[in-house]
Amino acid sequence: MTNSVEIKKLDLHFGAVKVLQDLNLDIGKGEFLVLLGSSGCGKSTLLNCIAGLLDVSGGQIHINGTNVTWAEPSERGIGMVFQSYALYPQMTVEGNLSFGLKNAKLPKAEIESRVKRASEILQIEPLLKRKPAALSGGQRQRVAIGRALVRDVDVFLFDEPLSNLDAKLRADLRVEIKRLHHSLQNTMIYVTHDQIEAMTLADRIAIMRGGQIMQLGSPDEIYGRPVNKYVADFIGSPSMNFLDGRIQGGAFHVGDLSIPLDGYDFAGGSPVDADATIGIRPEHVVTGELVGNAAFQVDVEVSLIEPTGSDTLIDCTVAGNHFRVRMDGQSRVSLGEKLRIGINPSMASLFDAKSELRL
Amino acid sequence: MVETTSHSFTGPHGPKPKKALSRRNIFLYGTLFVVTLYYALPLYIMIVTSLKGMPEIRLGNIFAPPLEVTFEPWVKAWSQACTGLTCDGLSTGFWNSVRITIPSVILSIIIASVNGYALANWKFKGANVFFTILIFGAFIPYQVMLYPIVIMLREIGLYGSLTGLVIVHTVFGMPILTLLFRNYFSSLPEELFKAARVDGAGFWGIYFRIMVPMSLPIFTVAVILQVTGIWNDFLFGVVYTGPDSYPMTVSLNNIVNSTQGVKEYNVNMAATIITGLVPLTIYFVSGKLFVRGIAAGAVKG
Ligand SMILES: Nc1ncnc2c1ncn2[C@@H]1O[C@H](COP(=O)(O)OP(=O)(O)O)[C@@H](O)[C@H]1O
Ligand SMILES: [Mg+2]
Repeated sequence: MTNSVEIKKLDLHFGAVKVLQDLNLDIGKGEFLVLLGSSGCGKSTLLNCIAGLLDVSGGQIHINGTNVTWAEPSERGIGMVFQSYALYPQMTVEGNLSFGLKNAKLPKAEIESRVKRASEILQIEPLLKRKPAALSGGQRQRVAIGRALVRDVDVFLFDEPLSNLDAKLRADLRVEIKRLHHSLQNTMIYVTHDQIEAMTLADRIAIMRGGQIMQLGSPDEIYGRPVNKYVADFIGSPSMNFLDGRIQGGAFHVGDLSIPLDGYDFAGGSPVDADATIGIRPEHVVTGELVGNAAFQVDVEVSLIEPTGSDTLIDCTVAGNHFRVRMDGQSRVSLGEKLRIGINPSMASLFDAKSELRL
Repeated sequence: MVETTSHSFTGPHGPKPKKALSRRNIFLYGTLFVVTLYYALPLYIMIVTSLKGMPEIRLGNIFAPPLEVTFEPWVKAWSQACTGLTCDGLSTGFWNSVRITIPSVILSIIIASVNGYALANWKFKGANVFFTILIFGAFIPYQVMLYPIVIMLREIGLYGSLTGLVIVHTVFGMPILTLLFRNYFSSLPEELFKAARVDGAGFWGIYFRIMVPMSLPIFTVAVILQVTGIWNDFLFGVVYTGPDSYPMTVSLNNIVNSTQGVKEYNVNMAATIITGLVPLTIYFVSGKLFVRGIAAGAVKG
């Protein structure tokens, strides 16, 4: 697989503020890459650099093998979809779709056929003569996607395209974007701070923090083997439980508990004696009849119950630390009840206490 | 089940009744009435006086409506009143003002809107320095620059001509108008500008196809500011033009202050109203847009 977008040693400063620093990223042809991170970490800035809407301070950007570091946005072979839709309010939907093509001085017949094809794919044909003000949020975002589609480009850039929509519509359009990617097979770079969007859409996710990429990997890798405590905490909802303790003699000691670490896949060698943090996802805690098979078991008292329908979240205390457990929505528990929970070290993550990197 | 106690639905119901003459209302409307009177009374006196003949005015009853309505003072003010040596009324001055105002307004708004657009959307090198200098210009008193400009206009051979005055008005309108347009364009969503760039529109393409069509309110504000400002200008008009090309305000002054003969109050009043008619009309026609534009331009600093 050849690369579609290559970013080498990218720097971007706003005056003295360094927003992106020495950022390297290769994106394969046809790949769906999601840039995920909390607000203000530089996702939009990176996307704008790729689009050519911001002048980089250092480094290079290549698209389809061409160095486009200084090329105009319209010459880079990209289409872009914005959070606020950014439809031209005084033009009809048709005018919005054809604006870029007219600027490129395409023949009239070509423009018409492209607009027709895009509006068929996105099912916006009945809306072509309307102005953006007369469209719903979901329809507007479809038109915005259509505007990228008619450009017939290899790389699509999305900047939080769904965050202005309500939950139901967001889920619908998410599926539609995924379907679009399957049928078009072009490269998509998608910025979001919503981890559900990231997990469901991405071939690979780049977790960003402070203008740098913390981890780049498939959703499985990011979820299952987070490279550091920040990523572990950021991904997953409800978030991971962390217990601070010490690794000694092949077991993790916290308070008077000792969790055996047989079966844990250490990234390097197993440390003999070190301060560490263990992270356990609430959904990886074993309850009910399966507890007997778990490598480590402990009794806890239920201090809070949050039923969500499909699951039930339980709050309890393990070795003095607040701890959450996710149970099946069918299970019946009551407040103050003693519950036996189990932990399997193969499903846990261990982090160095100082560097917070995965052990 | 939640138990409900049964009770009867009597007593207060529906919208809360409002007292017509509360103390707050009396105060509010009282103030409004006084202020309205303060502004409306002079206008009333002007209109009434301009419709009276001189004998009636000499009776001294300035609040009384005209016993006999006559439009003669209006006709005289327009075409016969003496301004110094010539006696052809305000008409010459009016057409001069038109010839000054229209090009000045158009020119200054075109330049300022492009300035504002470039400052708001294209962060070119030195944009901040340029902007600071421009704004600084707005705070220098006109009087300081009066004579240097006379010299400059003389050097390029435009002193005493309408063209020279048009240039002066255009330049002096620049700081405030640029600020107005820059603020308005910065308040438009930045993503629209970005989308247009991805769509391959250039500097002028984005200006004409995206920005201008979205900016009717702010253009209205600019037109009103400039028309009233330039139409009402006296100082520049009297300094930079000659007797042939005096604007209407200067003619009006010459009529009202002419020392020959008796003071014709009715003609003076009529002349003043005629002069003020242009800005007044502009306000009435576009008042709503004006308010909306002012509010929109004020969003972002
Ligand atoms: N034009 C600008 N001038 C100065 N700082 C900026 C500018 N644009 C963005 N930033 C800063 O860069 C950082 C990253 O912004 P952004 O890329 O928009 O974050 P996000 O990940 O939420 O999209 C933020 O801290 C923001 O304050
Ligand atoms: Mg952003």
